[in-house]
Amino acid sequence: MTNNKNKTTTILKKIGLYTLLGIGVFLSMFPFYWMFIGATNPSGAIFSMPPNLVPGDHFFENLRNLNENVGIWRVIMNSLIITLTFTVVSVMICSAAGFAFAKYQFKGRDPIFFMLLLAIMIPYHVTLIPLFELMANVGWLNTYQAVILPHLAYPFAIFLMRQNMRSIPNSLLEAARVDGAGEMRIFFTVVLPTMRPALAAVAIFLFMFQWNNFLWPLVVLGDSSMYTLPVALSSLVGMSRIDYGQIMLGTTLSTLPIMVFFLLLQRQFISGILGGSVKE
Amino acid sequence: MNQSTAESKKKSKRKFITPKTAPYIFIAPAVILFIIFTVYPVVQSLILSFQTSSGGVSTFAGLDNYRRLFNDPLFYKALGNTFTILIIQVPIMLTIAVLLAVLMNSALLKMRAFFRIAFFMPAITALVAYAIVFMIMLDENYGLVNYALSLVGIDPIAWLNDPFWAKVSLIVAVTWRWTGYNMVIFLAGLQNISNDLYEAASIDGAGKIRQFFSITLPQLKPIFLFTFVLSTIGTLQLFDEPFILTGGGPNNSTLTISLYLYINGFRYFDFNYASAIAYILVIIIALLSWFQMKVVGDKDD
Repeated sequence: MTNNKNKTTTILKKIGLYTLLGIGVFLSMFPFYWMFIGATNPSGAIFSMPPNLVPGDHFFENLRNLNENVGIWRVIMNSLIITLTFTVVSVMICSAAGFAFAKYQFKGRDPIFFMLLLAIMIPYHVTLIPLFELMANVGWLNTYQAVILPHLAYPFAIFLMRQNMRSIPNSLLEAARVDGAGEMRIFFTVVLPTMRPALAAVAIFLFMFQWNNFLWPLVVLGDSSMYTLPVALSSLVGMSRIDYGQIMLGTTLSTLPIMVFFLLLQRQFISGILGGSVKE
Repeated sequence: MNQSTAESKKKSKRKFITPKTAPYIFIAPAVILFIIFTVYPVVQSLILSFQTSSGGVSTFAGLDNYRRLFNDPLFYKALGNTFTILIIQVPIMLTIAVLLAVLMNSALLKMRAFFRIAFFMPAITALVAYAIVFMIMLDENYGLVNYALSLVGIDPIAWLNDPFWAKVSLIVAVTWRWTGYNMVIFLAGLQNISNDLYEAASIDGAGKIRQFFSITLPQLKPIFLFTFVLSTIGTLQLFDEPFILTGGGPNNSTLTISLYLYINGFRYFDFNYASAIAYILVIIIALLSWFQMKVVGDKDD
């Protein structure tokens, strides 16, 4: 009888648990669903009463309008070029620096590293205005490099790489040296391959940062042919007559690739976005 | 002879990258970029904040910009708004995140991976994209949220056009975006708490709720500190959401410090005044972070 009673309380607990989490999942996922619905419907349907909750057939028309208004393919290409270049170069720079801080003794190591740590706390708004003046002075407004360069040496990424690289055994590096490998070769053929999971997490972190980056591109890209996705989307909101179907398609296009990528690599993604603070 | 020059060449090449010089070569790109794009602007920003310029000529102005700032009602408004959002949003979000994490950690739960993906999903969306979606959902006349409320007999709410509700909208949006993110951090923390502690507590007759308050929460303290500092810094820099959702309105009720900085810098092109705002933001973040670490750190002793 007590066994039976335990069973019923367990079932009740389960129902409660799944109901609460179910509500949470609904709240968390519904905006995504609604965004996809909006992307396939005309602007008016998004505001119909009662609301339209099924996909429509306006996808291609929205796409055509979106392309007419902001040149969406060009914008996606801008975002991809900026984000991919940034991610690849930044991972190289940050992992090289992280390796030096983790595995070498050299003069100035600790003060330089401390400066980098301090920079993690500094809001990047402080650099906004001098950087804008700098870019204007060298004539780089409206260029890819203006968006890419300022955050390449990303202090948090350097910190993460250093933390991860401390786990590389010194004996491994010594063995490579005895075999006659130079320091560069050790870095490329011994260190980087063993650090693959950490590199993936840091790369995802940097990719997401740049893909979503808004304030700096907004400031430095004035020409609509150079817009990245977030800047182009925000320009749509500012238009006098807002076409919501288009906007929802635009937000979908900026979210969907990341979403697919996330579903494929979710563990690396979570650890990457949390900056490697959660490992699994 | 020939052979020996080749050898010495090889040697000198080797000599350039030795275990002694290698670390400097490895950090050089990062350090050079860091000096140009972080150290220089941080210093330059401070200099700008002590200057005024007119007609392209900058002159030293001492504390004028800061004096003006402290007499600027809009700055106080931005400061007040930012702190209101901070004080209300961060505790609400962290509370929900901890409770969700506890539920997610339940032994009764199957399909944990599915739930984790679903709750984490908002954290991967672009800030601009989700702000736009919320803007449309919260529309006063045709928005989905007001329609849903009308089904249970609640009158339409002017989510984005009323000073009070505009703040609520911002808080709701930010909470939607970041709760799952924090939940995952808490969940990882929960999984690190030893089961022995709970077993010992149940032997002593402590119920689930008692266990939550006397084991779970204290064990999660470092994670609370971590998420609290992160969320505080994030909220103090809040820009994308108010920029898209409300543009700082109505009547500046959602004007944040970052937004005010942007407006002064890039709409009025008053770089000096904007730099002063930026430095005040740095000081606030530094003080708050120091204070939070101090408060939590001291209790440990």
